[in-house]
Amino acid sequence: MSNLNQNYFEKITYRDALRLAMHDAMQEDKNIIIMGEDVANYGGAYGATKDLLKLFGKERVIDTPISEPAIVGAAVGAAMSGLRPVAELMYVDFFGMSMDQIANQLAKIRYMFGGQISAPMVLRTQGGTGRSGGAQHSQSLESWIMHTPGLFLSMPAKPNDAYHLLRHALKIDNPTIFIEHKLLYNTTGTLDKNDIGAPFGKANILRKGKDVSIISYSRMINYAEKAAEILEKENISAEVIDLRTLYPLDRETIITSVNKTKRALVLSESYYTSSVPSEITSIIFENCYKVLKKPVIRYTAEDTPVPVAPNLEKNYIPTIEKIVEYTKKVCN
Amino acid sequence: MSNTLLPKLYKTMKRIRTFEERVSELFIKGESAGTMLHLSIGEELGPACVGTAMQENDTFTTHHRGHGIFVARGGDPNRMLAEIAGKKDGYCKGKGGSMHIADMTLGHLGANAIVGGGIPTVVGAAMSYKYLKQERVSVAFFGDGAMQQGILYESMNMASLWKLPVVFCCINNQYGMGTKIENAVGVKDFSKRAESFGLNTLHINDLDVESAYHKSKEIIDSARKFKPGFIEIECYRFYGHARMDKSPYRDESEESEKRKLDPISFASNQMIKNNILDEADIKKIDNDIMIEMDKAMEFAINSPINEETEIFKDVYSENDPLPVSLDEKINKILNN
Repeated sequence: MSNLNQNYFEKITYRDALRLAMHDAMQEDKNIIIMGEDVANYGGAYGATKDLLKLFGKERVIDTPISEPAIVGAAVGAAMSGLRPVAELMYVDFFGMSMDQIANQLAKIRYMFGGQISAPMVLRTQGGTGRSGGAQHSQSLESWIMHTPGLFLSMPAKPNDAYHLLRHALKIDNPTIFIEHKLLYNTTGTLDKNDIGAPFGKANILRKGKDVSIISYSRMINYAEKAAEILEKENISAEVIDLRTLYPLDRETIITSVNKTKRALVLSESYYTSSVPSEITSIIFENCYKVLKKPVIRYTAEDTPVPVAPNLEKNYIPTIEKIVEYTKKVCN
Repeated sequence: MSNTLLPKLYKTMKRIRTFEERVSELFIKGESAGTMLHLSIGEELGPACVGTAMQENDTFTTHHRGHGIFVARGGDPNRMLAEIAGKKDGYCKGKGGSMHIADMTLGHLGANAIVGGGIPTVVGAAMSYKYLKQERVSVAFFGDGAMQQGILYESMNMASLWKLPVVFCCINNQYGMGTKIENAVGVKDFSKRAESFGLNTLHINDLDVESAYHKSKEIIDSARKFKPGFIEIECYRFYGHARMDKSPYRDESEESEKRKLDPISFASNQMIKNNILDEADIKKIDNDIMIEMDKAMEFAINSPINEETEIFKDVYSENDPLPVSLDEKINKILNN
């Protein structure tokens, strides 16, 4: 982040796009604070809050004890009382600790209290495989959140979307769960701050295609794009849709695309069973069953805990080779 | 000795009890929303003394047995009973009910049906007040059950670490639903636990509401100066856990013995003994309260019910589209 005031970055990391989003938001809104384990002195386990302590001081960038339920709970209370906290949970797996505060408190405050108040906060975390983190540091738990009405859910894949979605989340009056991916932080892309950005609920068609729709989000988007390049060489034109937010979900873009291509593969690191991919699959079936030429394929992680062994972990989630193979079969 | 404080505290306790009796009647009349109604009869001293010792701008959360605290903090019995009846005029439009009643204008940050669930809320509220330089204290009310929840200790640690204007207030009614405290707790000295976090502590184990008020006020006043505190008030839950519970897990003899430890009769006797009020004065107070609460019940019963579309409101902000109803979703598929 050489020049914080720059408006356009030809190449910026996903990590720096997030840092910049928090930086810019905190400059604009004095009531934004950051709280979480090792977010201040350490700069965040994955560096997403690096240097923010120096710039904004310890009243606004707060290291917390290792108390995940109370980190979320205190952020909820602060959000109900005039602040706009960005609470960070180091790993999405720690939702297991905090789920009462997330699902029973945060998500339901506006509803239970008859619309008197909301808890406008962002809960940032990261998930996914790729670092041999094992069964408690590598999960993709977005389905838990999507299963909980009251929460906005964002899972950007690109730096530009990460910046704008986080900025947007810090302006709206809904609690937002913002799930990053541990292997996306070092990936790069452009950032245009003047872009009207990625509003919640609008998918991005990253690649136009006519033969098959590959619908995905988060890190798997990069796999989808690579697979689409390979497929193009074999004369298969794949449309790649980056959902960017899972609540609100852009059902229209999914349905329009599949009505056009008549074939679909849903790609995710989440589980096959009772998951975001299974939800998207049923949306496609309910709305496009008349035109579908083949069953919709959900290509996901295996329905098992995440293994540590690198060879097992690699094949636990989708691979580009298999995305190509399955897509070809769907197009057959 | 003050002549106005004890009558004030007496009146608060009596209003709480009469309110709770009306909740019970609302149920008997078939006008309550459900049976999950947790009455605080017998426990009025804590809400009265702590609720009165708090200042106007102070805020609080409560547990599921929290009607009394809200009454003590100025909750309007009409809208409270309407909420408990699940009606449109309720504080939360009838969508929260007895266990999720809240009112931001009176600093009620919400009752909670998860044991301990509302405790970290006050830590966050206090973070806001400190950051925004507002002189306010936030008080978490909970029962002895929450003393066994981990989140309480996470919250106590944060309050102590960040020197927050917070008070943790445990209303110890001796029972976690049907489990007696002796069967749930290894060491019963709750103050010791709080002391180990560096909190100011107060243990109230008698029926003198006036002295409890003064002691509680000290704890709340020091919290305002960033020295967080813990108050435990021992009492006895005169009736069952919820409206349907007939307390088969405890002896009637225990109940009748413990019901003699009534903070309201105690306060009434004290006032007579010390010539603060006479019996006729007290009867007049009681009567006025009866009339007030009868009217509240009438208000709740006559309050309109919600339109069906209310289901979909308040899930997301008013700028967002309402969630699509199932009927609309299904018909869209069938008509495709």
